[in-house]
Amino acid sequence: MAKKKNNKKQTKGQLGKKKETAREKMIGQTIGYRYDVNLLPDYKKLTPFLKKYIEHMGWDDLNWLEDVHMGYEENRPAVFDRNANGWVTIPKKIKLPDNQQDRDMIARELLVKFQMSPNHPLVDLKKAYRKF
Amino acid sequence: MANIKNSTKKTKAQSMGMHTEALTGKTQQKFFNPDEAENFFYWGTHDVDFNKRTEIDVKDMDCNEANKKIDSLMSEGYGTIVIKNPQGKHSLGVGILNKLNLIFEGSLGYFGIGSIDGPIVRVNGRVGWSCAENMMAGKVVIEKNAGSCFGAAIRGGDLICKGSVGARTGIDQKGGSIIVGGDAGAFTGFMMQRGRIVILGNVGINLGDSMYDGTIYVGGKIGSFGSDAVKAPMTKNDMDWLKRKLKVAEIGSDFDVSKMTKVVAGKKLWNYDALEPTEKKGAI
Repeated sequence: MAKKKNNKKQTKGQLGKKKETAREKMIGQTIGYRYDVNLLPDYKKLTPFLKKYIEHMGWDDLNWLEDVHMGYEENRPAVFDRNANGWVTIPKKIKLPDNQQDRDMIARELLVKFQMSPNHPLVDLKKAYRKF
Repeated sequence: MANIKNSTKKTKAQSMGMHTEALTGKTQQKFFNPDEAENFFYWGTHDVDFNKRTEIDVKDMDCNEANKKIDSLMSEGYGTIVIKNPQGKHSLGVGILNKLNLIFEGSLGYFGIGSIDGPIVRVNGRVGWSCAENMMAGKVVIEKNAGSCFGAAIRGGDLICKGSVGARTGIDQKGGSIIVGGDAGAFTGFMMQRGRIVILGNVGINLGDSMYDGTIYVGGKIGSFGSDAVKAPMTKNDMDWLKRKLKVAEIGSDFDVSKMTKVVAGKKLWNYDALEPTEKKGAI
């Protein structure tokens, strides 16, 4: 008799790709990063905005943005903002490529725009608490 | 962030009630606005011009006065500032969140250029303990040697020492690249969580002890590996990155990166999760 096909739906995205350990199953949360934090950037994929940003800052390369990757928050693509200590979720209307290198470049561009915006959550804190 | 409150299927720990106390309500969900304008500097910082240059002599100033002077010069649009006679003073050039060319003509004491986010700094001398601690972005070049805890808790940017560095280099590193032209002391990369350390010379005992993630590249001899630090194969991507980074660091242009040793976390110590204290409490 033919074996029954396993129709169990797999979780989409990087998060679901990793096999959960017994410990992770028990606690219901992922231990460690959900994407390759050591992935080195492919400089051929630099966006025009990022080129302009690097030139403006006088740097030779992506500098701190080398550590920025497109991650996941509640199964949605998001980028971690270290200044606000929270994930910035990417709206559904922004279409993302499948390639991690391209996704990372988009994450970098979005993060710079978000952090430098006058609407950034830290602007209010700065107005209230900055010393000089 | 873990917002386990909304998940439908209950895990064993959830049904035991371990999530209700510690893990709910922590998500700060912010959505990116695609209409954000192009802007290259933080709100409240200054748009300076690299071609506008000035010098200040800090011989008779304390670090507070010197740091305020740097800030006031940036507010006037100066993009290149030369600091004369730093004379080993502590905490000079800290907290600069601007693009800037900052040049120190001399040596710095403890905690120099800490918590910077953006500037390009050159120190034509030595630096004491904890140089560029908590650095966020930018490029720092130290022309001579550095003390212990070089780049402690660095989050991003390129931190370069052309000479040798002391113990615990890159302790608690959370990002960025630390590049050392000479040797490094014991416990290099201690508890590092992310980022890259490149040592062209020899390194002391307990390299990468208790490292959680990140990568260490060593060109010379390794005293000993720390707990959970293991060798990994060098890839083409690693070598390309190293060649490019050494060029940025202005050192090791003829260094054979293919012979370097790559060290990563063995991930055997990975057992961190927010539930542990609650479980322990339950067990007691």
